[in-house]
Amino acid sequence: MSVAIQREVEQVDVFIMGKRYQVPKGLTILKALEYAGYRLVRGVGCRAGFCGACATVYRKEGDFRLRVGLACQTVIEDRMYLTQIPFYPAVKKTYDIEQLRPDADTILRLYPEVTRCLQCNTCRKVCPQDLDVMRYIAAAARGDIAKAADLSFDCLQCGLCTSRCPAEISHYNVATLARRLYGRHLAPPAPHLTARIRELTEGQFDKEVAQMRALSPDQLQTLYAERDIEPEELVPVSKKDED
Amino acid sequence: MPYPEVMAESVKKVEATRERRLRETFPRLTPQEKKALLESYHPDYRSETFRPLAVGPNAGQKVPNELADLLEAFSRIDPDTFDLSRVDYETDVLIIGGGGAGTAAALTAQEAGTRVLIATKLRWGDANTIMAQGGIQAADKPNDSPVRHYLDVMGGGGFVNIPQLVWALVLDAPLVIRWLEQLGVMFDKEPDGTMITVHGGGTSRRRMHSCRDYTGMEIMRTLRDEARNRGIQALEFRPAVELLLDDAGNCVGAILYDLETEEYLVVRAKSVVLATGGMGRLHVQGFPTTNHYGATADGLVIAYRAGAEMIFMDTVQYHPTGAAFPEQILGQLVTEKVRGLGAHLVNCDGERFIYELETRDAVSAAIIRECTTVGKGVVTPTGMVGVWLDSPMIDLLRGEGTIRKALPAMVRQYERFGIDITKEPILVYPTQHYQNGGIVMKEDSSTSIPGLFVAGEVSGGVHGRNRLMGNSLLDILVFGRRAGVSAAQWAKAATLGTPTLRHVKEYHEQLIRAGINTDRISPLVLPDYTAPHTRIRRLGGVPVG
Ligand SMILES: Cc1cc2nc3c(=O)[nH]c(=O)nc-3n(C[C@H](O)[C@H](O)[C@H](O)COP(=O)(O)OP(=O)(O)OC[C@H]3O[C@@H](n4cnc5c(N)ncnc54)[C@H](O)[C@@H]3O)c2cc1C
Ligand code: FES
Repeated sequence: MSVAIQREVEQVDVFIMGKRYQVPKGLTILKALEYAGYRLVRGVGCRAGFCGACATVYRKEGDFRLRVGLACQTVIEDRMYLTQIPFYPAVKKTYDIEQLRPDADTILRLYPEVTRCLQCNTCRKVCPQDLDVMRYIAAAARGDIAKAADLSFDCLQCGLCTSRCPAEISHYNVATLARRLYGRHLAPPAPHLTARIRELTEGQFDKEVAQMRALSPDQLQTLYAERDIEPEELVPVSKKDED
Repeated sequence: MPYPEVMAESVKKVEATRERRLRETFPRLTPQEKKALLESYHPDYRSETFRPLAVGPNAGQKVPNELADLLEAFSRIDPDTFDLSRVDYETDVLIIGGGGAGTAAALTAQEAGTRVLIATKLRWGDANTIMAQGGIQAADKPNDSPVRHYLDVMGGGGFVNIPQLVWALVLDAPLVIRWLEQLGVMFDKEPDGTMITVHGGGTSRRRMHSCRDYTGMEIMRTLRDEARNRGIQALEFRPAVELLLDDAGNCVGAILYDLETEEYLVVRAKSVVLATGGMGRLHVQGFPTTNHYGATADGLVIAYRAGAEMIFMDTVQYHPTGAAFPEQILGQLVTEKVRGLGAHLVNCDGERFIYELETRDAVSAAIIRECTTVGKGVVTPTGMVGVWLDSPMIDLLRGEGTIRKALPAMVRQYERFGIDITKEPILVYPTQHYQNGGIVMKEDSSTSIPGLFVAGEVSGGVHGRNRLMGNSLLDILVFGRRAGVSAAQWAKAATLGTPTLRHVKEYHEQLIRAGINTDRISPLVLPDYTAPHTRIRRLGGVPVG
């Protein structure tokens, strides 16, 4: 698929755990590590910004700021100082989701440290998904489970928030609890699903299934070619608007 | 404009045709047209990229060369000298692979009253499952039925799917969705609980359920959380590199390899569930892939060596819309939901060339045709070629703001590289996505090897020669749950014989008899993406392949 185009690739310097390497410009941090010769076992998973395995801390020369990002989604810059955080210990409580109530009590009982939040907002600043982490923790602490679930939905569980939190909160595990509470106890079960499961247990499709099983391959193919396709309904995909 | 000048000119043409395209409909392919298109342009029809296997249950049948290289290779283990008497772990059910299928199996096996242990290659959940964006199918709306779902699956798969497996898939589907709902998975719903469902390629009813465009992630993190709550242990960074069979030929465990300490570990079990996922990282025919780092066909390799038969391994699914620009995200998935929501595929002149919701094989073939014979692809500065996926159409069709709400992962992915998909189209080209075939299984997830059960992408037969979007997340849960139950039942009745590696020894002998003289070893476990010059230096300057 590629049309060969020869070009000189500009090289940049990166410092991997303090050691200098020259790598081609434009690579992601992940690919730069590999280019430099590191066969990664830790700190890599999906390679596409979905699994949160590749949390990375870096500094740029001449800048006091400590920056963070996903190695698979961040492009290197000249004279970057890199290291990965392949693992960061976090608190994960165990529970029976059935038995829990979706309220502040539950959150405070399982993760009481949420009340230690200093509102420094570091968690939000480091989140590679740009989530409002501090606000979802606040929502969880006051029992607004729906808001905590919604605001934390896109969390990849990379753990960068947890690594930087002065109050030592394991944000992403609080978020998981909030989402499961919401999904289990607050969102109504789908009524059409209940109906379909009843139909299935009552054997309402048995006859149709038997008929379809009896069709010859040719009959099946004809039926397929002639099946009607439900038109696409062009309404906005609705989702509750939060704020 | 985030696009370089050469591409920006084409974007203008795309913008210019939008108004017209909003009003026009594009015809679907007739069965004859589809057949002709596939035969001329689908990569599966490039016969020189396949070869018949020399040994094993599928000897004589064609598989992609990259897979044949791993199947026609020697074990990392010396079956003559390896000490199986030192047992490191002992359990009832060993589950190999901590993705969606494996975790579902762990939950049901434990519910059935057996001890379970998961062994996985990377972290628990680092898997293709967590990357699934678009959704999961189930016929649960009043205008839909499992029978319709069946018809769609069969048609999508080319009518060669194993019917009993498809029936299991479609009839269990509503139960699986309810199970997820009860575990607390946050599906996209109306305020009254009605599921918001859309079309996917090859569906005749809107039955794609989603959790924004993080469907797999939401399912994976919920299942994993539940398994942790129930005290299920996972051995991370310890992939299986060989199965153990006892003297009666029953599967009774596996050898794991600790990626960090480089030790081999022996696990004895009464039954084994193999749920190792797919093979995107083999880069069949040099294609980029959407798959996670550990998708290297290990499960196929070790099960085949133990005598398990495979089916449909001569077909690979290419996802029509892999990112072709920017270079940094080459091959990464642009979910089918983008097309499901109404985005058009257009060439460099802004013209449509295929009905967007044809099955994936057909859409991929059409894109390849457009970029080759037709010559209307768009070339990037690094020499990649692709066609436009006109994402801004979605907001035009469904109202401002739809894209941001329904596709946050896509928006974010492109924003990181300065592209606003609500305003600009994105460049795409097919990418290796899914292993259509795999180890043959029955409805109860059993295989031809007693005591060995399979589930998920490593298995074959459900999807025939082509899987439809949303049926894999369904498949891994339907058959993951069944595999757990079956493996638990088997474990309860099993009496353990002495574990051996005789099958490995015999396989080696077959390879030698077939004249395969190679230093290749398998399974691959992880691909090597280090730069060639570092690989050469690692070996003291000797160039390697
Ligand atoms: C980007 C992307 C998007 C997708 N979108 C959708 C979608 O919208 N809808 C849909 O239905 N399907 C989708 N799919 C397909 C679907 O996600 C996968 O087919 C499915 O999740 C596979 O599940 P699995 O459990 O079989 O394998 P995986 O989820 O890949 O899990 C396999 C696990 O086994 C581990 N493993 C591998 N080898 C070994 C070994 N030797 N020993 C121990 N462990 C091992 C792996 O590390 C991994 O953890 C998508 C796939 C991708 C890649
Ligand atoms: S490797 Fe998965 S998020 Fe980067």
